Amino acid sequence: MIKVQNLVKKFGDFTAVDSVSFEVKEGEIFAFLGPNGAGKTTTIKMLTTLLRPTGGSLEVDGIDPLLQKNEARKRFGVVFQDPSLDGDLTAYENMELHGIFYHVPYKVRVDRTQMLLQQFELWDRRNDRVKTFSGGMKRRLEIARGLLHTPKIIFLDEPTLGLDPQTRNQLWTHVKHLNETERTTVFLTTHYMDEAERVAHRIAIIDHGHIIALGTPQELKQQTSTDSLESAFLALTGSTIRDEAAGSADQLRQMAKMWSKR
Amino acid sequence: MKVIYIMWLRELRRYTRSRAQIVASLGQPLLYLLALGFGLGPIFEKAGQGSYLQFVAPGVIAMSVLFTSVFSGIGLLWDRQFGFLKETLVAPVPRILVMIGRTLGGATVAVIQGILIAVICFIAGLRVHNFALIPLAFCFMGLIAFVFASLGMAIGSILEDMQGFQLVMNFLVLPIFFLSGALFPLVNLPFALKLITRVDPLTYGVDALRGTLTGAGHFSIGFDAFILCILATVFLTTGSYLFSRIQA
Repeated sequence: MIKVQNLVKKFGDFTAVDSVSFEVKEGEIFAFLGPNGAGKTTTIKMLTTLLRPTGGSLEVDGIDPLLQKNEARKRFGVVFQDPSLDGDLTAYENMELHGIFYHVPYKVRVDRTQMLLQQFELWDRRNDRVKTFSGGMKRRLEIARGLLHTPKIIFLDEPTLGLDPQTRNQLWTHVKHLNETERTTVFLTTHYMDEAERVAHRIAIIDHGHIIALGTPQELKQQTSTDSLESAFLALTGSTIRDEAAGSADQLRQMAKMWSKR
Repeated sequence: MKVIYIMWLRELRRYTRSRAQIVASLGQPLLYLLALGFGLGPIFEKAGQGSYLQFVAPGVIAMSVLFTSVFSGIGLLWDRQFGFLKETLVAPVPRILVMIGRTLGGATVAVIQGILIAVICFIAGLRVHNFALIPLAFCFMGLIAFVFASLGMAIGSILEDMQGFQLVMNFLVLPIFFLSGALFPLVNLPFALKLITRVDPLTYGVDALRGTLTGAGHFSIGFDAFILCILATVFLTTGSYLFSRIQA
C-alpha cells in the first residue's frame, strides 16, 4: 500500500531522513517509532505531499504522490502532530469544512459528524469556537475530524500526545475497528510503546534518519533479547536525550503568544 | 465549487466574529478623513482645487479596501502559524480552488469594509455626483479588493514569519497607498513621482472610485477597469502558482 525506497530529505546541511526504505501492506497497522527528531514527522510529511523529498521514490496505493498529488491525497487522511484546526470556527464548522474538502456526501457528513463528536464527547460543545477549547478537547476534535472521511490509508502522527487514557483507549478501539472492518491501512507514530505493542502489526524503529530495526513487536523483542517493547526500543536507540530544533512555525507561535493574550 | 464556497464562508465567518477588529480597522481611515479631509481642506480650497474632503474620500475608501484585502491574504501566515494551513494543503482538492475561495472571501470582507467607510464619508459630507454610478463604484471596490487580496495571498505564500510582515507593510503596502494619488491630484507632479504613480496599481483603483463617485477621475473609467482586470489576472496567477508550491 505504501512503498518507500531510499527516501532522503535534507534541510540545508542537515539530513533529516537518510535513505529510508520500507513497505506497508494493505490492511496493515504499521508503527513508526523513534526518539525526538529521528525523522518520523518528516517522513509523514513527504508521504502526505506536504514536503518534497530530496531523493528517493514514494508510492501510495500505486500512485506517486510527487507526480499525482491530488490522486494521492484522495487516498489518505492525516491526523497531524501539531494543531491544524481553525480556532475561529466552531467544532461543527471545522468538521463541515473537512467534509466538504474530502467530498463526503452531505447526509453521510451530517451523520458521521454527530456520531464522531458524540463518541469523542464534543457534541455538547459543537457550536463553541475551537479557540475556547482545552488542549485535550482540541486534540479530540482533531482526531474526530481525521476520521470523518474513510480513506484507504490513515496517517496518525503522535495522535495520543496529551490525551487522557480514556480518550486514548477510544481512539485505538476506533482505529482497530476501522482496520478490521474496512481494511484501512494505518501508519502511525507514537512515543507510547505500550500503544504500539497493542495495535501495531509491524514496527519500524528510526533513529538519526535511518531505520535501525523493522519487524513485529515479537521479533523486535527477540532480536534484542528483551521482554518489553520499551526495553527493546531503548536497547536499539540508546538512552541519550535528543534535542529538536524549533522550526519557524514554533518561533512564530511564540511571537504570537507574546502579542496576544489568548 | 463547494470548496470555493466553504473557504469564502470561512473568511466571512472569521470577519463577523472579530468585532474588535472591525472597529479597529475603521479607525485608521477615519483618522485620515478627519485629519486630512478637514485639516488640509482650507489650504486645498485656497489653492483653487475645491473641497479636499470631496477629493480625499475616494482615496480613503480605497485605502481601507487595500489594507483589508492585503491583510486577508497575508492571513495565510496566521493559518500557517496555527496549523490550519496544513489541513487545506493535504485535502484532495486543487489548491487553486482553495486559493480562489480564500481570495474571494478576503475581497468580500474588504468590500464590506469599504462600504462602511463610504457610508461614513457620506455622513461626513461626501457628495456623490451621479447616484446611478454607485453600483459601479461597488464593482470597482470589488475589483480593487480582488487585486490586492491576490497580491496578499502571493506574498503570504512565500513569507514564513512576522518579520517579513513588517517589511511588506513598510515597503509595499504603505508606499502603494501613499504613492497612489489617494491623497494628492495626479497633475503637475515631478517626473519621478509621476512615473511612480503610474506603476502603482492602486492609482487606477483610486482613480476609478473618484471617477464613479465624484466624477473627477484623471483617466477614463474604462481604462482603469482594463488595467485593474489585467492586474487581477496577473496577481491571481502568480498567487496560485506560489500557493500551489507551499511546503509545510
